[in-house]
Amino acid sequence: MSVIYLLLTLSILVALVFLIAFIYSVKKGQYDDSYTPSVRMLFDDELVKEKKKTNLKTDTNTI
Amino acid sequence: MSNLLCYHCGNICDNTLIAIEDKFFCCNGCKTVFEIFSENDLTCYYDFEKNPGAIPEEIQGKYDFLANQKIVEKLLEFNDNNKQVVSLYIPHIHCSSCIWVLENLHKLQKNIIASQVNFPKKTIRITFNSELSSLKEIVLLLSSIGYEPFISLEDYEVGKKKVDRTLIYQLAIAGFAFGNVMFLSFPEYFEVNEFWLDQYKPVFRWLMFFFSLPVVFYSAKDYFISAYKGLKSNLLNIDVPIALGVSVLFIRSTIEIIFNLGSGFLDSLTGLVFFLLIGKFFQQKTYSFLSFERDFKSYFPIAVTKINTDTSEENTQIYDVKKGDRLLIRNNELIPVDGILINGDATIDYSFVTGESVAVEKKSGDKIFAGGKQLNGIIEMEVLKSVSQSYLTQLWSNDVFSKESVSKFKSLTDTISKRFTIFVLSIATIATIFWLLYDSNKALNVFTAVLIIACPCAIALAAPFTLGNLLRILGKKKFYLKNAAVIEKLAAIDTIIFDKTGTLTSTKKNEISYIGKSLSAQEEEVLQNAIRISNHPLSRMLYDSFDVIKQVELDTFQEVVGKGIEASLNQTLIKIGSQLFVENCPTDNQFETAIHISVNGNYYGKYVFKNSYRKYMKQLFTKLQSSYNLSILSGDNEGEKEYLAKRLPKKVQFLFNQKPEDKLEYIKSLQAKGNKVLMIGDGLNDAGALAQSNVGISLSENINVFSPACDAILDASKFKNIKTYLGLSKKAIQVIKYSFVLSLCYNVIGLYFAVTGQLQPVIAAILMPLSSITIVVFTTVMTNILEKKLKD
Repeated sequence: MSVIYLLLTLSILVALVFLIAFIYSVKKGQYDDSYTPSVRMLFDDELVKEKKKTNLKTDTNTI
Repeated sequence: MSNLLCYHCGNICDNTLIAIEDKFFCCNGCKTVFEIFSENDLTCYYDFEKNPGAIPEEIQGKYDFLANQKIVEKLLEFNDNNKQVVSLYIPHIHCSSCIWVLENLHKLQKNIIASQVNFPKKTIRITFNSELSSLKEIVLLLSSIGYEPFISLEDYEVGKKKVDRTLIYQLAIAGFAFGNVMFLSFPEYFEVNEFWLDQYKPVFRWLMFFFSLPVVFYSAKDYFISAYKGLKSNLLNIDVPIALGVSVLFIRSTIEIIFNLGSGFLDSLTGLVFFLLIGKFFQQKTYSFLSFERDFKSYFPIAVTKINTDTSEENTQIYDVKKGDRLLIRNNELIPVDGILINGDATIDYSFVTGESVAVEKKSGDKIFAGGKQLNGIIEMEVLKSVSQSYLTQLWSNDVFSKESVSKFKSLTDTISKRFTIFVLSIATIATIFWLLYDSNKALNVFTAVLIIACPCAIALAAPFTLGNLLRILGKKKFYLKNAAVIEKLAAIDTIIFDKTGTLTSTKKNEISYIGKSLSAQEEEVLQNAIRISNHPLSRMLYDSFDVIKQVELDTFQEVVGKGIEASLNQTLIKIGSQLFVENCPTDNQFETAIHISVNGNYYGKYVFKNSYRKYMKQLFTKLQSSYNLSILSGDNEGEKEYLAKRLPKKVQFLFNQKPEDKLEYIKSLQAKGNKVLMIGDGLNDAGALAQSNVGISLSENINVFSPACDAILDASKFKNIKTYLGLSKKAIQVIKYSFVLSLCYNVIGLYFAVTGQLQPVIAAILMPLSSITIVVFTTVMTNILEKKLKD
């Protein structure tokens, strides 16, 4: 059997995986709100910073 | 000091300063919210955005209906044992601080498991533990931090909305198949009789065939359905030649593959469907924060407080309200049904209904109508009619609202597709007859080739891309259209009808002018201090119009509800109020809204309140009169007719005292004469007219506030641009026509290959995408040029 069959099957399988992944994510509503996540992902950073700042301050005080 | 802004809400702090550390607040409400946040380590709220908050409203008793389990169940999205999920619409969501604090709700209430904000829709989805908490508690919590949710009758009915994502799936599958088929048919484009290529040809071809199956039967199915429907109603719409092209492509390719005659045109087929769907997708532009389908249900509350005969209070669902019931309407609550005022002083704001911003006074025994908002304390009313039979809501039983919105409107594309289809079919027949005589082997080949190459992909793309692009451009200019077809309808308009109150006049500003004998400094002082104490809406308006006020203690002050104020200081007795209240008042003009004034029994004069007309009204009418018939429809009396007639062009027609149904009928009569009517209105009373008109535009001071069902929503600040937008729609039609010519050129080239019997798959595979891309580029460039020309 020629290797081309194997290659064709593999390539189509990979493509199918992506298609299914895309349809699944649309179905789950991942593309419904394209704005809020972009804001949300910035929050944690700022919160962490805030905590770190206070930590640093207390650290320097104790030293 | 006067420019100090509240740390929480950003309002100017008045004389009463409330401070915590170095932060100032305009009122106790704002201060309380700040305290809640600082106690719970949520002061980050103020870091993202400056003054992000809102003053929490008085809500005592307002959400008592959430104790009613039946109502709560309707609102919940998910309910299981001890876990409940609810989605709430919160109009105040406007910045990143809002997202942050709302998603940290669990810090304020530990029974909230999770909360997620959808910013474009201004909604929050809250998951909470229902054993330890309740929906009412959560709503109260939200209200206490200034994020009061808006719960209306609509939420009660709709339940769970399903989002239709079919188009995205269809597009994904078509794109997937298109890519793979292109990839598989690539070797055949450069056919070089190579051994290995010939060896595997059947495998490649059958793979292509299987890829094309879901494209034809799933992705393209809407075209077949639409073509079938069109043919059934004797209409050759654009989907007919498309469906024909797709089927011919598929059948011929299948036969070629089965009998090993050639590679078929499956690459063109999948590409065609993919491009068409992209066009369809592009045309869909939805403004998730707007709704074009609202009726009275989005304004009305879910439940009201009913007073039983034994004076106990009960929360009743609105549809259960019957004639004869007694209802309790609290401050700032909407009156849901027509009735008679029984107890209390009503000051009713009908701006929802009429657009009129000055509130009306009612005494007990007066009739009050559904849709008004009580502004002044608690009232009791007796129900005269149920919800669906009330004056305002009756409008929705009109046929206009029940009709399916399948309009008879024929789009430009459909008009051209009729001629196009006939043209293509005749060419195909002539060519086939010719080849039958000349070389009958090629006849069928040519027939199918003509149908394949003439598939009007480019024509079908011209309108979606032009209109879709314009839709976005207009959206940026604060003119929000329901869909792309509205642009085509706008271009056909020849008659424009304006509502007066709220549309031509601004609801925000009132012109106040004083007519009469001027007051002395001391008399003015008494007047100003008297109205400062009064809570009457007109007093508040007049008070706001004075610049600096010296506050003094009055000797006497008495407010006669529904009539006026009597106040005195140092022997100056001043009476402020209605015509009947003030002595010696001339009874000349009953139409105007005015406060009369008398000092020590002598009539002095009056303050007249006039709606101020929008700034560019006159210019707009002058510009519009040359190309459109203009009329003004108003539910008000004729008081302002003269004023308007003087200022506006002579051509403009005026109709006053128009009930909601009258407006609707007037538009119907114009349409019967063959006019294409554009209605521009704002209030719920225009809803019928907006629905009946060819295009209904709802003008809105604040697009986040609800507007009645319509085809388009225009921000009031862009009122003066109406003419420009109408012109733009006409230019868009021009662009579409040019694209038709362009795509016809490609079709002629393709037809040359087809008719002469030399259409190779590779030529089709090049021509089709090329023509589509040309159209997309052309329309995009043209609409962008149009946008550049628009200034402001």
